[in-house]
Amino acid sequence: MKKKKKGGGLSRPDWLHALCWTAAVATVALLVWIVLEIFSQALPSIRKFGLRFFVHVSWDPNTDRFGVLPFLVGTIISSVLALLIALPLGVAIAIFLSEDFLPSIFRQSIRFIIELLAAIPSVVYGLWGIAVVIPIVQRGGNWLSNSLGFIPLFQGPVFGNSMLAASLVLALMILPTITAVSRTALVDVPKTLREGAYALGATRWEAIFGVILPTATPGIVAATVLALGRAMGETMAVAMLIGNSTRLTFSLLSPAGTLASLLANQFAEAEGLQVSSLMHAALLLMLLTLLVNATGEIILRRTQRIIVKIVKIR
Amino acid sequence: MKFPLLIPIWTATLSLVVAAFASTEKQIFLQGIGASFPAPLYQRWIAEFREIRPDIEVNYQAIGSGAGIKALKRGIVDFAASDAIASREGVAIPKGIVTIPVIGGSVVLGYNLPGITSLRLSRKAYIDIFLGKITRWNDPSIASTNCEVTLPNLPILVVTRSDGSGTTFALTRHLSAISQDFKNAIGANKSVAWPAGVAGKGNDGVTTLIRQIPGAIGYIEYSYAVSSKVTFPELQNKSGNFVRATPASGYAALSSISSSEGSPTDPDGKEDYPIVTFSWLLLYRTYEDAEKSRALKAFVGYALTTGQSFAEKLGYVPLPSLMVKKTREKLTSVNSKPRPAVE
Repeated sequence: MKKKKKGGGLSRPDWLHALCWTAAVATVALLVWIVLEIFSQALPSIRKFGLRFFVHVSWDPNTDRFGVLPFLVGTIISSVLALLIALPLGVAIAIFLSEDFLPSIFRQSIRFIIELLAAIPSVVYGLWGIAVVIPIVQRGGNWLSNSLGFIPLFQGPVFGNSMLAASLVLALMILPTITAVSRTALVDVPKTLREGAYALGATRWEAIFGVILPTATPGIVAATVLALGRAMGETMAVAMLIGNSTRLTFSLLSPAGTLASLLANQFAEAEGLQVSSLMHAALLLMLLTLLVNATGEIILRRTQRIIVKIVKIR
Repeated sequence: MKFPLLIPIWTATLSLVVAAFASTEKQIFLQGIGASFPAPLYQRWIAEFREIRPDIEVNYQAIGSGAGIKALKRGIVDFAASDAIASREGVAIPKGIVTIPVIGGSVVLGYNLPGITSLRLSRKAYIDIFLGKITRWNDPSIASTNCEVTLPNLPILVVTRSDGSGTTFALTRHLSAISQDFKNAIGANKSVAWPAGVAGKGNDGVTTLIRQIPGAIGYIEYSYAVSSKVTFPELQNKSGNFVRATPASGYAALSSISSSEGSPTDPDGKEDYPIVTFSWLLLYRTYEDAEKSRALKAFVGYALTTGQSFAEKLGYVPLPSLMVKKTREKLTSVNSKPRPAVE
């Protein structure tokens, strides 16, 4: 299409055109291939367990009975908890970086450092978590379970390696995603809106909370959803910190497991139905993250359209 | 401009590549995949063996015994290694495979109780700990065998393996053999559904957890406990004695059986340490390549003789001499396809 617009019948763009096409098709084909491969390997488990796979609470290779409910719950609780911690922090940083509280050079360097967090390998986060977060969770957890242990959420015994430890480190890992996407959304708020708010006599914070944040909300929601996707798929750091239990738990202080950590732990030595159940779990994890990422993408698109509309209306 | 500069670099690279190929041309490569438990010892054997036979290059990857057996079935490796070989117990050995026991090991229950360096656990106590029935360290069933130490009122935090492993297999096999309750509730396998506790990946993962959590008890290979200075208790064996894991008590336990087709589940000698296991190499009965089968036999033969002397130092248990003799006989059955000499 683009080639026609440019109107050149040159052979070079044609050649490039073919190359780009192949690359694009190959990527899609690759994804389809991966899904099909996983699906075909998961088939014995899908046939045997069907929907029971999602509600059964035990993962027992010894009796060949597999259910992913503990891991599904673990995945959702750990990533939602991480999001609850990271979202207020990330949005606050994004506001700070999109306003002119500091000279541009400082803002740029802070932004750079936060985005650098995304470049740290997850195994390093895991090691850091073992050395720093676990001892804190042990101490804090003992206090929590002694004083609030009657609430199932804080039930002991406290190991240190727990849902809470994993969520804290996950929160740090998804912070750059939230900050970067929210900052873009905040910066993209039309200048006219800001100026309009100021012209009506709003203070800076009134302008931020009354006009800028609401306008940028869809973008921030998109940031949240994308971060959720990342948190759900995170493997290495979680496997190192969550305690890898295969039991269903609702306590933040007890060991748990996520779909990703289950795969990382058990795949190497699995056999027979266990392999196909792991593939089944992988399929589920992939569908979940695809769904979450697609939602984020759709919201992000819509935001951009709304902003374009606002500008046009003016 | 830039091109002339690159020429010497290219020539150097090219000559290096050529040199690399030229020097490896005469070598025989043996590729193996398998269990992680014996890996440190295998690596030592490989390094020492290279000194004697530089023409044979052995490569061992400790990816997992399941992966090793899969690879062996597909014919992409020359040998595999596993800590479990009985077909009813998790690992099915395909036909045309010879199982060679090459080393033994013992599993200890590493614990973390600040200030307590000696501990004795009765059979009932350690079964109930892993069943999640005893939850505090000052429980009477632990205290009754440890009158001389004051046990703290700490929760018992059980540490298990999150990945499938021969260590788990050895422990659960022993526990299932001595306790019907354990057999019914959990059973023996490389990976089981533990009723309590936290899980770490690999012996090192479990060791880290034990060291980090006061009140923890978990199972690890003897060699890991020694190298990372984790304390472990004396365990009560079948004859009622409390035995500490040492190379000698492990050797005594492994000597208690004559067959090499399974590890002793509950050795009955007075000085026998209760939780021991063999580790096997899996070879094809016939190899396509005569050179390969000769090289492999040379390597395994080395492992069974000189190789055994490194075992104790690295925390493993050497094979009983009678078993070495039997195994070497078994090794002779490995051969190559008779092929008409066309050359």
